[in-house]
Amino acid sequence: MITRKYLLKFPEKAVGKPLIYHLVKDYDLTVNIYRAKIDPDDIGYMVLDVSGRESDIERAKIFFDENEIIVTETMNGMRWDKEKCVSCGTCITHCPSNALYIVDRKTMEVSFNNEKCIECMNCISHCPFKACSSIFSSSISE
Amino acid sequence: MKTYEEINRKIASKTAVVMNAEEIIDYVEKKGLDKAAEEVDVVTTATFGPMCSSGCFLNFGHSSPKIRITEAWLDDVLVYSGIAAVDAFLGATQLRHNDPANMYYPGDFRFGGAHVIEKLVRGEKVQLFALSYGTDEYPCKELRTYITIDDLNQAQMVNPRNCYQNYNIAVNCSDRSIYTYFGHLKPNMQNLCYCSAGQLSPLLNDPYYKTIGIGTRIWLAGSHGHIYAEGTQHSPDCLRSENGVPREGAGTLSLTADMKKMDPEYVRAVSLKGYGVSLSLGVGVPIPILNKEILKSTTVRDRDIYAPLIDYSSDYPLATGRILTEYNYESLKSGEVEYNGKKIEVGSISSYSKALKIANRLKEEISVGSFTLAEPHTPLPVTGSMNRMKIQQER
Repeated sequence: MITRKYLLKFPEKAVGKPLIYHLVKDYDLTVNIYRAKIDPDDIGYMVLDVSGRESDIERAKIFFDENEIIVTETMNGMRWDKEKCVSCGTCITHCPSNALYIVDRKTMEVSFNNEKCIECMNCISHCPFKACSSIFSSSISE
Repeated sequence: MKTYEEINRKIASKTAVVMNAEEIIDYVEKKGLDKAAEEVDVVTTATFGPMCSSGCFLNFGHSSPKIRITEAWLDDVLVYSGIAAVDAFLGATQLRHNDPANMYYPGDFRFGGAHVIEKLVRGEKVQLFALSYGTDEYPCKELRTYITIDDLNQAQMVNPRNCYQNYNIAVNCSDRSIYTYFGHLKPNMQNLCYCSAGQLSPLLNDPYYKTIGIGTRIWLAGSHGHIYAEGTQHSPDCLRSENGVPREGAGTLSLTADMKKMDPEYVRAVSLKGYGVSLSLGVGVPIPILNKEILKSTTVRDRDIYAPLIDYSSDYPLATGRILTEYNYESLKSGEVEYNGKKIEVGSISSYSKALKIANRLKEEISVGSFTLAEPHTPLPVTGSMNRMKIQQER
């Protein structure tokens, strides 16, 4: 049993399909959706954990491919802009999963661990420097 | 004992011994105060955080036909024009025209004066819209154009209050969320927020202003400027520890520098939900090691600097003066403190890592001879406190 975190990007035409149902029913996977944006007029996004046998996860990826769904393993919906971040630490008490964290208590430098991010989007409104953004929210940058 | 002249000669010959206010702590412990005072010439201090009392004077140059501006906006942010024809003052916290502010609480405050300042320093174009009533020699009544900082004759940052010596720690004792200049404070003391570079901060390393005074050359966002006055609300009469270090706000500085020479990394607009717009600035201040007492002050550590915990849901807005407790910066930087047996998560709004970077940049500039020291011509007041506003019913 393994768990993988995926960012799915699906074309407009795939929006009407019950994809998650198939993951559970046909591939015997446990699904934990962090956040999804399903819009009939636009590209859809979903960030989720899938748990199951590795072979089933691999078969599910072929299923995604057949449905023209782009699967990314190394990214999620949240974007942390290292250049905009000044390491002030305002976000630290507002990030429930410690994805935003202090690397070293001596220099107090802040970093972002995207594997821990649960897409709550708390950081977006709490960052005074607009260093955080998400594909799930409209841009607040000027 | 050293003099400013001696230290400047060493800087000019690139032989000055310079350390940042963090390194000096261990160095003095290792070498002893007497030996270190002989060896070290300058200790660099720094801070980076929101400083609302910041802004800049701009001169746009004369148009043809000429205008005597009475009202003007840069990217729809009002600038103060009640000075000469094409001069204006742009304040950091001014909101953009039509910003809903806290009408839909808590407001986003996405753009204001600080953002215009940041754009100017980045070299980006901003829109100038200006109005006038028209006079015989200044007939133009309205103009709209686009400018960059290079088009301005002068862009002088002039900040009436920067570098608070120490600062409050904010917490929320009420049962609802509050939105402050410290950011979102969760109900029932779930989080707190502080704002100081602690052991790196300029005035905490010179608690009685023995070297930092009016005329001191400073590093303001990469530009070499100076302290032009005590800062507004300068209050040296305050609660102090045995080492002389203030346990509350205390001293402040008024700073100025040429904005055209600033590095955009250290001029950063902030949008604080429910509060407003402010400007985060990086400041570096050199401390000349004229004698061992001055050196001793620069060895202050985070654990020896205390700040007051204030309830921003009631005591701060009502100015009651009540302090819940005090914490030192070492415990704050650990990420968690305790109050009445309850653990509180710690956040901050100043950046220690940026302050450290600035202290090192200033150290480098002094080491290579590109930043020399200026002796203050007038000391900062070492006594005095701030008055409360009196609300009077009659004239």
